[in-house]
Amino acid sequence: MTKKEWPLWEVFIRGQHGLNHRHVGSLHAPDAEMAINHARDVYTRRKEGVSIWVVPSRDITASSPSEKGPLFDPAESKTYRHPTFFDIPDEVGKM
Amino acid sequence: MYAQLVKSDALKSREDMSPEERAFQDRVDNGEKIEPKEWMPEGYRKTLIRQIGQHAHSEIVGQLPEGNWITRAPTLERKAILLAKVQDEAGHGLYLYSAAETLGVSRDELLEKLHSGNMKYSSIFNYPTLNWADMGAVGWLVDGAAIMNQVPLQRTSYGPYSRAMIRICKEESFHQRQGYSIMMKMAFGTPEQKEMAQDALNRFWYPALMMFGPSDKDSVHSAQSMAWKIKMNTNDELRQKFVNETVPQAEYLGLTVPDENLAWNEDKQGYDFSEPDWSEFFEVIKGNGPCNRERLGARVKAWEDGAWFRDGLNAYADKAAARRQAASVAAE
Ligand SMILES: [Fe+2]
Ligand SMILES: [Fe+2]
Ligand SMILES: [Fe+2]
Repeated sequence: MTKKEWPLWEVFIRGQHGLNHRHVGSLHAPDAEMAINHARDVYTRRKEGVSIWVVPSRDITASSPSEKGPLFDPAESKTYRHPTFFDIPDEVGKM
Repeated sequence: MYAQLVKSDALKSREDMSPEERAFQDRVDNGEKIEPKEWMPEGYRKTLIRQIGQHAHSEIVGQLPEGNWITRAPTLERKAILLAKVQDEAGHGLYLYSAAETLGVSRDELLEKLHSGNMKYSSIFNYPTLNWADMGAVGWLVDGAAIMNQVPLQRTSYGPYSRAMIRICKEESFHQRQGYSIMMKMAFGTPEQKEMAQDALNRFWYPALMMFGPSDKDSVHSAQSMAWKIKMNTNDELRQKFVNETVPQAEYLGLTVPDENLAWNEDKQGYDFSEPDWSEFFEVIKGNGPCNRERLGARVKAWEDGAWFRDGLNAYADKAAARRQAASVAAE
């Protein structure tokens, strides 16, 4: 009996023209070509996509949950990056 | 339900929790999703693996009773529909195995546990499908009962599980409706067809009620799972909801639910109904249902017969990679 498991792939699908590819899940496949075939069967049985990307899961580098603070907290105090930070008088008109 | 008897820890009180556990519980209480690499109590991880694994196994084994009728469907259209339905169930199994894998278990390990009898699947799939009306009853009642449990699980605390449930729920309504449409065809057909529909309802009613698992008074460990939001409702709540929704659907078909005690209870705004035979349920879970051996045997055979194919594709992938490697070295 076989012991070597097919590697894991992450699947990204472009739902419609003009949209980003979005992560939809993962699957096992022996190689990239089969991963695309499997992704077609597993994730697009109802025309959920117009394009598929597959990436070996082991090649994904993820930020670690413990880095959440140092990575994302600095943006919290920078509310001036949002247009609503600035009050523009109504007389100026639409801006 | 699809995961009917999931062993879980006893409920831990807040005082007994470590600071980490308390912070985790607060996140769950706030409705935050827990994601794969984040800290979680070991019991949470283990219970989820059991539950998602059982659920995945049920989807895969659940293909067998219906697969039995694909080649015998009465029309080409019905055949195509049933084939699509059974293919969806394969997809559901795969979404769920992927969700379980994010918890640090491999799909092959889970399959090994299924094949060796160390993990269970839903008792419902150990009943035989004897004729075409059973395809109607299975879609209507079995997928109907599955929906009852899966809809609330879309809000479960574990992110990958929740997302798998959302995908699955999008597809389940088709399953139930195609089943009910078969039941309509049969129930409104010839007297013989109607009799077949009634017979299918008679045989699947109580096994469908068992899908929600033992009665709350006998289901010991659900409090912790509910606190962790990996179980959203009690077994009896879901069973009651299922009966309330299904009885009028049977009435529309002109079929009789095989329960003399079935009666509308104005006070509780729901039906009173008979409990299934729980000793039968526990026998089926133990492996003594009408089709346990056949179902598991079919899974093991499929896995073993497919070994040469999985190995072959691995060998091809390795060779192709080596060839690409050699070509890129030569080009340098
Ligand atoms: Fe399913
Ligand atoms: Fe199902
Ligand atoms: Fe289904």
